[in-house]
Parts: sequence; structure tokens; C-alpha cells
Amino acid sequence: MTPLEFILAGTLAAATPLLLAALGELVVEKSGVLNLGVEGMMALAAAVSFIVAYETGNHLLAFLAGGVASMAAALVFALPVLSFRANQVAAGLAVGILAGGLSALVGRSYESLTVTALPKFSIPLLTELPVIGGVFRQDIVVWLSVALAFAMAWTFKRTRLGWTIRSVGENPNAAHAIGTSVLGLRLACIAFGGLLAGFGGAYASTVYTPLWADGMIAGRGWIAVALVVFGTWQTGRVAAGAILFGALSLGELVVQATGVNIPSQLLAALPYLATIIVLGLISSNRQRLRMYSVASLGEPFRR
Amino acid sequence: MQFDLVRRERASVRMAVLAPLLAIVATGAVAWLIFALLGRDAGYALWVLAVSPFTSWYDFSEVLLKTAPLLLVAQGLAIGFRARVFNIGAEGQLVLGAIFASAVPVYFPDATSPLLWPAMMLLGILGGALWAAIAAFWRTALNANEILVTLMLSLVATQLLNWLLLGPWKDPAGFNFPQSVMFQFEAMLPTLLPGTRVNISLIFAVVVSLAAFVLMQRSLTGYRLVVGGTAPKAAGYAGFSASHAVWLSLVLSGAAAGLAGAAEVAGPLGQLQRSVSQGYGFAAIIVAYLGGLHPIGIMVSSLLMAAIYIGGDNAMVSAQLPQAAVRVVQGLLLVFYLIAVTLVRYRVVRHRSVTP
Repeated sequence: MTPLEFILAGTLAAATPLLLAALGELVVEKSGVLNLGVEGMMALAAAVSFIVAYETGNHLLAFLAGGVASMAAALVFALPVLSFRANQVAAGLAVGILAGGLSALVGRSYESLTVTALPKFSIPLLTELPVIGGVFRQDIVVWLSVALAFAMAWTFKRTRLGWTIRSVGENPNAAHAIGTSVLGLRLACIAFGGLLAGFGGAYASTVYTPLWADGMIAGRGWIAVALVVFGTWQTGRVAAGAILFGALSLGELVVQATGVNIPSQLLAALPYLATIIVLGLISSNRQRLRMYSVASLGEPFRR
Repeated sequence: MQFDLVRRERASVRMAVLAPLLAIVATGAVAWLIFALLGRDAGYALWVLAVSPFTSWYDFSEVLLKTAPLLLVAQGLAIGFRARVFNIGAEGQLVLGAIFASAVPVYFPDATSPLLWPAMMLLGILGGALWAAIAAFWRTALNANEILVTLMLSLVATQLLNWLLLGPWKDPAGFNFPQSVMFQFEAMLPTLLPGTRVNISLIFAVVVSLAAFVLMQRSLTGYRLVVGGTAPKAAGYAGFSASHAVWLSLVLSGAAAGLAGAAEVAGPLGQLQRSVSQGYGFAAIIVAYLGGLHPIGIMVSSLLMAAIYIGGDNAMVSAQLPQAAVRVVQGLLLVFYLIAVTLVRYRVVRHRSVTP
């Protein structure tokens, strides 16, 4: 396999944890709430789902358990933020630290064990294509995540639910005035975002690298939050960003395999450096950023 | 449970003092529950975590040792938080401070000048400030969110540290451990309390706290920062520049974190190690909030957080509780504090359904 084929084939799998978590955070931010706990929520889900996968061998159960654990952490975030109008930045960090600590606490006796990953299956004919054929050989979660991205783009553009979420994020007072339950909808979005972050964490620990170790999420949760800004709060662009970063994270493996003498730490830092640079490029167009960003993001809602 | 929050006419001073205490009690209760669920002797674990750091002079001196970096970092962060500049990458600024300071003994291992450790402290301040300045530039010139940029810079700093310790700065006589050479005597901070590891970084921390008090409570600059944070429009009309506030608070907090990093390598560590920050950057965020973002409150809360660290060490040995328990307690503390602090500005009244 040439490095290019390797990258093309592996990109979607590497992107999936980022994509799931970023799509979740996108829903939360669209409703006007900034949740910075994604990294910790993914870590908690990674530990919980790894334990369930190890004990039962059942990936479906593992994903459900991880999703529920992460959703529970998201609800802990929702309590101070929605009921007590707490500072969202601080509350997100608090839940991130708490969930990250819990993950290390519950996962400690499972450190460096392994489970079997999900099987990959091929789409007939397409897999036979030269060079890009590998793209069409993926596990089920990858395809479901891609489908979810399309479904979400459609929801925000075309459905009443999508428009209601957007209205709550743009102008919660107006949404409240026409009878929308702002807090109820935000609670649902936070829970949904937690569930997706959990699925992302579960994918990381039971499919992508089927093992659990403290710190294994390695900044993916933060990159997911940054992806929402990259994508200027639009589903398609967020998904494209996730795929781009999936490819970037494979660069480390490719360069090592080809034997080029670059310090591995520089390559490991590459996704973070890219995040910093792209964030600057995207944000410097202030007018465009303001046009797309969510007007009430981070503001507590007062009835 | 239905309730409404009704804004008080004046912030309640009584609640401001009570809020951290309520948070501590609630944290204790939930931590007890979690430890019990994990099958530990929860009461004993909690006692070790919270009380044991105060039961011997040695343990308490270790608390004081840990207080210094937490206090330094938290005072810097609180300045920014009050101005709504969220530097959450103090971890990286601390690491850069440690790296800059370590350059002196790494490149001049035989130097014996008494100016060695003062030079290291200055370099540490410079390193932390420069790392934070990148985020300040990204925010003011490119409009990039400082939360994400400071955090990403932290992750980069960790990789930079790893590269140095596995590559050019690795101690050739260090049995392949990822650490630098041991520093010479002149590169070490003088001891403050004889017979303990407490060094003069505690004095730095107290001086920085007093400076933060003067800046935030007594000076026009501090007033401008706070107004800029609470009422950005008013500040704008009055001609206070937002980018000035970003630069000032990021560079000040970066400098303080850098000094903390320098004091760690020139103090308890005596060399540059991977574990130079034990999550101080994140813990200091909690310290800052728990202290009500007030310089005096932060002095109290940093002592509390340092005690939890030492209690965590003790619990690992005597109650078979992993170090991660410290992170759980830290997270719980902040969650409960954020709930309790709402009561400073709001009264809770039972919900009466009002038809609009």
C-alpha cells in the first residue's frame, strides 16, 4: 500500500471520533450553549465502553454504555448552566475535568488490555477501484456517522426541529415568546451532544485503537470543539473539517513508515498546530464569522 | 422541583463566603458516594484526602510547597477571567516557563554564579509570557478564540517538552529516562523553611497575590479590566480598548504561570521532567473560581487545592485510591461552586405558575 492509499483508506476511520463529537457539539452550539467538556466526556465514554466491550464482547452494548455515560456527564453540565445560569466556560471545564478523572478512576484496572475491533466490510465494485478503493472498506460506524452528517445538514436546513433549534440559538427571547421551551430544547441538545461525544469516545477505544489508556483521547475533544468554529457552524463544513483532520492525524504514521527523519513529537503536534493556524485564518474574516456564528452562544437565558 | 431565581438588589456578601463552603460539603458527600460505589472504605478515603494533609508538620509543609505554583497560576488567570479573557492554557505556559528556565543549567552545568536562579526565574517569566502572547496575537490580530488557541498551545508545549527530554536535553547519564541533568546547587531556589522542601517560591506567590490585589482592587487599570469584562459596551464608550485588555491579561497570566514552572524545576524537581506540571494549569482555574476571582479568596482556595493534592498522594498509598480521584474532587468542587455562587446574586423562590 502506498502512503497515499493508506491515508485515503484510513482517513474516514480516523475522522469518525472527531466527526461524531463535532456533530454533537454543533447541535449544542446551534442551540446557544457552549460545552467545553467534550474531551472529558469522550474519555469517560472511552473507558466505560471499553470495559463493557471487554466484559461482554458486544460492541452495540459498549456504544450504548459509553453514550449513556457521556450523556450523564452532559446532564451534570446542564444543571448549573441551564438551571443556575452559571458561566458556561467554567461549567464545561469543570465537567471535563470531572469526567476525565472518572474515566481514569473506573478504567484503571483495564489499562492496556485490548478488545477486538468491529469487522470492516466492502462495498462491491467500488472497493476494486485503484488507489481510492480502500475508502469503501469501512466498519458500520463510519457509514452511520457519514449518514448522520447528511441527516443533520438536512435537519438544520429543511425541518421544523432544525429551525426551532436555530431560533433558540439566535434569539432565545423571541423563541420563548412564540411558545418554544428554550431551556427544554437546550437540555435536549446538550443531552444529544453528550450522546454523540460518547459514541465518538466509544469508537476511539473499542474500534479505532481497541484499547484503553488514560489520556488516549489526546485532544480529540478539543479539536472537535474547534471544528465547529472551522466549519462556521455549518454541518457540511464541520464534517469536511473532521475528515481533513482525520487525514492529518495519519500523517504521523505515514512519515514514520516511510522513514523520513522528522521528530515524532513534531508530527504529533501537527493537528494542534494546524488547529491554531486554521482557527486564525477562519476567524480573521470577522464579518463572515459574525454572519454564521450563533448569536446567543454562551449567554444564559433569562425568562 | 420547580423554582425561580429572582435577582437580588445587592449581591449577598454572606452567600459569597458561604458558597465555597457549601460546595466543599456537597463535594464531600458526592465523593463519598463515588468512592463507596467503587468499593472503597469511603469514609477513610475522604478523611485521608481532606484531613490528613493537616495532621503532620511534614504533610503541611508539602501543602505549602504545592500552594506556591497553584497560587501563582490562579492569580494570573483570575485577572483574565474577570475581564472575560479565558486563558485555559496555563498548563502550556507553565511548561514553557520551566523549559526557558532549564535552559540555563542545561547549557551551563558548571556555572556557579549566585545570579543563576534569579536569571532562571526571569527566563521562566519570559517563556510563559511569550507563549501566552501568541494567543494574544491570534486573538487581537486574527480574532481567534483564545480558549481554543491557549488550549492547543498547551498540547503543543507538551510535545515540545517531550522532544527536548527524549532528544537534545536528555541526560546522557540518566539511564535513558526522559529527564534533563540534575541542576547544580546555584540553580536551585533557596529554602524558606529549614527542614522542609518549602522554598522562596511561596514568597513569590504571596508577592504576586499582593500585586494582583493592588492591580484589581485599587488601580484604574484593574477597574478598566473589570468594566471591560462585565460591561463591554460601557467600556467601549469610555474608550477602553478590548485588545489592550486581552494583551494585558494574557501576558500577565502567562508570566505568572511561567514563573511557577521555573520555580518547580528550580525547586522540588531540581531538573526538567515530563511531570513538571501535575495539572496545575487546570487546577488553578478551579482555584481562581473557588476564590471568587478575588486575590484574597484565591489565597485561601489555593491552600485548599494544594491540600487535596497532598491528600490524593496520601490516599494513593494508604487508601488504594488512584491519583485520578483528585481530578474527580476538583471537577465536583467547581460544579458545586458554580451552582452555589448563583445564590450570591439570586434568591431562590418556589415556583408560582404565572400565565404570561
